[in-house]
Amino acid sequence: MTTPPARTASTADLHRVVDAVWRMESARIVGALARVTGDVGLAEELAQDALVAALEQWPESGVPAKPGAWLMAIAKHRAIDTFRRSQNLQRKTEALGRELVESKGVEEDWAAALDEVVEDDVLRLVFIACHPVLSREARVALTLRLVGGLATDEIARAFLVPEATLAQRIVRAKRTLTAARVPFEMPTGADFTARLASVLEVLYLVFNEGYAATAGSDLTRPALCQEAMRLGRILAGLVPGESEVHGLVALMELQASRLAARTGPDGGSVLLADQDRSRWDRVLVTRGVAALDRAERTAPSGLGRYALQAAIAACHARARSVDDTDWTAIAGLYEALAALTPSPVVELNRAVAVSRAYGPAAGLELADALVDVPALSGYHLLPAVRGDLLVSLGRTAEARSEFERAAGLTRNERERALLLGRARDCDGPAGLTTA
Amino acid sequence: MRFMVIVKATEDSEQGAMPSQEMLAAMGAYNEELVKAGIMLDGDGLRPSSYGARVQFDDEGNATVIDGPFTETKELVSGYWVFEVSSKEEAVEWARKAPFRGGELEIRPFSVPEDFGEAFTPELQDKENELRDTLTAQREA
Repeated sequence: MTTPPARTASTADLHRVVDAVWRMESARIVGALARVTGDVGLAEELAQDALVAALEQWPESGVPAKPGAWLMAIAKHRAIDTFRRSQNLQRKTEALGRELVESKGVEEDWAAALDEVVEDDVLRLVFIACHPVLSREARVALTLRLVGGLATDEIARAFLVPEATLAQRIVRAKRTLTAARVPFEMPTGADFTARLASVLEVLYLVFNEGYAATAGSDLTRPALCQEAMRLGRILAGLVPGESEVHGLVALMELQASRLAARTGPDGGSVLLADQDRSRWDRVLVTRGVAALDRAERTAPSGLGRYALQAAIAACHARARSVDDTDWTAIAGLYEALAALTPSPVVELNRAVAVSRAYGPAAGLELADALVDVPALSGYHLLPAVRGDLLVSLGRTAEARSEFERAAGLTRNERERALLLGRARDCDGPAGLTTA
Repeated sequence: MRFMVIVKATEDSEQGAMPSQEMLAAMGAYNEELVKAGIMLDGDGLRPSSYGARVQFDDEGNATVIDGPFTETKELVSGYWVFEVSSKEEAVEWARKAPFRGGELEIRPFSVPEDFGEAFTPELQDKENELRDTLTAQREA
C-alpha cells in the first residue's frame, strides 16, 4: 500500500479544502452574522475575514476538526471587534457613559446570538439576496455569492462578464440593500409568496444560464446547473410545504438529466426528439420524478408553473421514444400551463403536443391562431411547426413556403440548411414527403 | 461530480449489533443535514455479511458460491451514500462530519463512460442504459 498524501500536503490542496468548507458553511455563517448585525454587507465582510484567516492559518495548523465552527468563531471575534470599534468611535464623538454600559450588554447578546443556530438564517439570506429592490442581475450575483458561497471570479467566469464588473455589481447590490434599509427577516403573507417567486425565478435563471451554455471547454457554466439544483434542494428543505419549490427542483433535475444527450459529437445541440435517450441521467430522472411527486402532494389546488413544466418533462423522461410519449397528457399539461401563464410560445408547444395526440389538423388549428401574434412574428419555429403539420396533411405547396419562411428567420446556419432541405422535399412526390 | 461514500464494516456491524439510540439520532441528524444541504442523492445500510454470499469466478468463468459470514471485517461494506458535490475535497469534508466512533469511510468518484475507453462500445453503452431504463421504470412503478 502506498502512503496516502498528508492532509496538509500543499497550499494548493489546502485552498481546495478551504473552498469546499466555504461552500458548505458560508451561507449559515453569513446568515447568522446578518441576523445579529442586521447588515448583510457587513456580515459578508466579517465572514470573508474568517475565510482569509483560514487560508492563512490552516496550512500551518492543518484543517481543524470542525472547520465550520472554527470559521464561525473567527467571524464572531471579528464581529465583536467591529462592534467595539464602532462603540469607541461613538464614545469619542458623543462621550456618553450610559451608552457604554449598555453596549456591554449588547456585546454579550451578540456573542450569545451568534452561538445560536437559527434554521431560518439561510432562508432569510436567500430572501434578502433576491429582494425586489435589486435588479435581476444583482439578485443572481448576490444569491450565488451569499448563499452559494461562490467566489466573485467564479461567478464572473460563469456569466462571461469581467471580474471587476461582477465585483461592482455585488458591491452596489449590498449598498442598495443597506440604503433601502431592507430588514433581515422573513416575509409573511402575500409578500412571502411574491418573494418566494422571485427566489425561484433567480434559481431558474442560474440554471438556464448553465443549461443554455454550449458544451465544451468551460465547465464553469454547466456547473451553474449543479449549483442551481443544490440551492433548490436546500430551499426545498427549508420550505418543504411549498409545492412550487419541489416543482422547480423537479424541473431542473429532469432537464439536467438530458444535459449529456443534448449535445451532438460535433458540439451542436440535439433536439429532444432526436436525442439518444439512453444517455439521459437515470439518477436525476428518478429524483426529478420523486420531487414532482412531492410537488403534487403539496399542491391541493393544482400545480404551479414550474411543477407543470416538470410534469411535461417527466412525460418525456418516462417515454422510450417520441412515439411512446403520452402526448395526450402533455397536451393537457400545456393547456393548464397556458391558462396559468398565457404565452404564445407555450401555445405553440401545445399545438405540437395536440397534433401528436389528436392529429395534425387539430394541431394546425392552434398553430394557425398564432400567425398574427406580434411576439411570434420573427420566431422561426412557428412556420417550421406549421410546415410540419401541413406536410402531414398533404398540403405540400403551403408547407414549402412555411419552411422557406422559417429558413429566412433562423439565425442558425445548420438549422437553415435543414429547413431549406425540407422545403425542397415538398417539391417531390407527395408520398415521399410525409416521412 | 458524483461520489460514493462507502461505509466499511466494523466488529459491531458484522455482529449485527444495533446502534444505540444516541447513535441513531446522530445519524438521523447527519442524514438530514446532507439532504438539507442538497448534496445527498442516495444512501442506505446493509445487513451483516452473515446474511450474504459471495460468488467467485475462476479463470474459465466457473462460479463458486460461498455463504457468509466473511472474516476480513475491514474489507466489508456496511452501507453507502451517494453525494453530488463540486469536488473530492467537498465530498471528504462532508464525510468528515459523519458521527462515527471508530470505523472507516472510503470515498470514490463514480466512473463515467469515457473511463472505459474503446472497449465500452456505443452498442454496449446502449445495452447498459436500456437496463437502467428498465430499472428506473420498475422503481417508478
